[in-house]
Amino acid sequence: MYPAPFHYHRADSLQEAISLLSELGESARALAGGQTLLVWMKLRFDEPQHLVDLSRIPGLSDISMEGDEVCIGALATHAEITKSAVADAIPIVHDCGSGIADAQVRSRGTIGGSLGSADPSCDWPTLLHTLDATLTCVGSEGTRKISVSDLVEDIYTTILKPAELITEIRFKIPPANSGGSYTAFKRCAPAYPTASAGVQLTLADGDVCSDIRMALGSAGLKTITSKKAEDILRGSPLTKAGIDKATETIVAAAEPVPDQRGSEDFKRAVLHTLVKRAVDIAVRRCHGETIRGRHEYV
Amino acid sequence: MSMSEVIASKEISGVSVQVTINGQAYQREVEPRLLLVQLIREELGLTGTHIGCDVTYCGACTVLVDGNPVKSCTMLAIQADQCEILTVEGLEQDSELHPLQKAFSENHGLQCGFCTPGMLMSSVALLAENPDPSPDEIRKGISGNLCRCTGYNNIIKSVQAAAKEMAD
Repeated sequence: MYPAPFHYHRADSLQEAISLLSELGESARALAGGQTLLVWMKLRFDEPQHLVDLSRIPGLSDISMEGDEVCIGALATHAEITKSAVADAIPIVHDCGSGIADAQVRSRGTIGGSLGSADPSCDWPTLLHTLDATLTCVGSEGTRKISVSDLVEDIYTTILKPAELITEIRFKIPPANSGGSYTAFKRCAPAYPTASAGVQLTLADGDVCSDIRMALGSAGLKTITSKKAEDILRGSPLTKAGIDKATETIVAAAEPVPDQRGSEDFKRAVLHTLVKRAVDIAVRRCHGETIRGRHEYV
Repeated sequence: MSMSEVIASKEISGVSVQVTINGQAYQREVEPRLLLVQLIREELGLTGTHIGCDVTYCGACTVLVDGNPVKSCTMLAIQADQCEILTVEGLEQDSELHPLQKAFSENHGLQCGFCTPGMLMSSVALLAENPDPSPDEIRKGISGNLCRCTGYNNIIKSVQAAAKEMAD
């Protein structure tokens, strides 16, 4: 199955990529790992006349921890992130990266591509909300930083300007007494998740939840978040009743679209289980338990 | 040609791809939209790599690019420019089957054989990273490869047998 014909341009630098994309305008797409874009092009969901290949631009796939901050280059692949020291140090990152599709897709797909496609089924946007990540974006008008929570305007649509590219993703290393968990339910490895949930929390003395961020993926047209659900848990000791109420609140905020992966009711039921499981693992990790997280599929 | 001429041009210019496949260097002028699997099968005649679903699902087209497993139906040939590629044809050395090939044969790891090239290449990548995988790790390692007739149990047995053989 061939994509429609297109002109190919390989960018050797970020500046070259931006000027090519500016000049080519709406008819061009930026190509990173291609694990979303090439499939769309083969299925003729998209027929760009030009592809600007970013993958050979040096210096855009570094993964580092400097001070209290993690920095991941936008071209880092899912596999590179999963095998990095960042994933060793922050379990929720390993949960997410190690479960994306399969080994082959993880070899090619990039974190920047996952964000830029604005697909609510992609795992990184959901995960990065729980870590309150900031994206560095570079375009013809210069560099700006935006919160990952502000990136997506609507399904498949970001607030990025034409020819503006995400170059790096930064977030704070979670403080001591923190734990997180990300889990997705999939029909099989290569399938997009039916639903996913991420929870990152910090406990103070007496199991008081001093901070929490929760997010749901594949649960609407954008990543689903709920300040209300977080506020139920933030500032008080964690109780079963509180967790139940917060879970119900964020699942009520979801807007799952019925499709071949399940009805709306089924997806809400899956989300409910995933949130409870994620909170449970996050709390146990706060208490120092080592738990290998994974995505669920048969 | 200036950029505005390129944009105006209906004619898509070909791109030059240089790859090393199973140790042999190849150079071809191809259409930018040519997929890696089509370069391998149609331009170079290495038909051991199969096309199953053609949409990044089944893994029949798995090859190693610079040591990493990829679904070659979801990579442009031009993206593999200057890369080292290993296909199923490259597993046999000096008329000796690779331990994984032998193990698949001895453990009934294939029935129709359609998924086998991809299963083998994913298993090569898995064992390179984890030489002694548990059955569960093998299931995860080949989870991007679908088999519709053999059943997975014998495939898992085959990978375990090969891991043992390669360790000895």
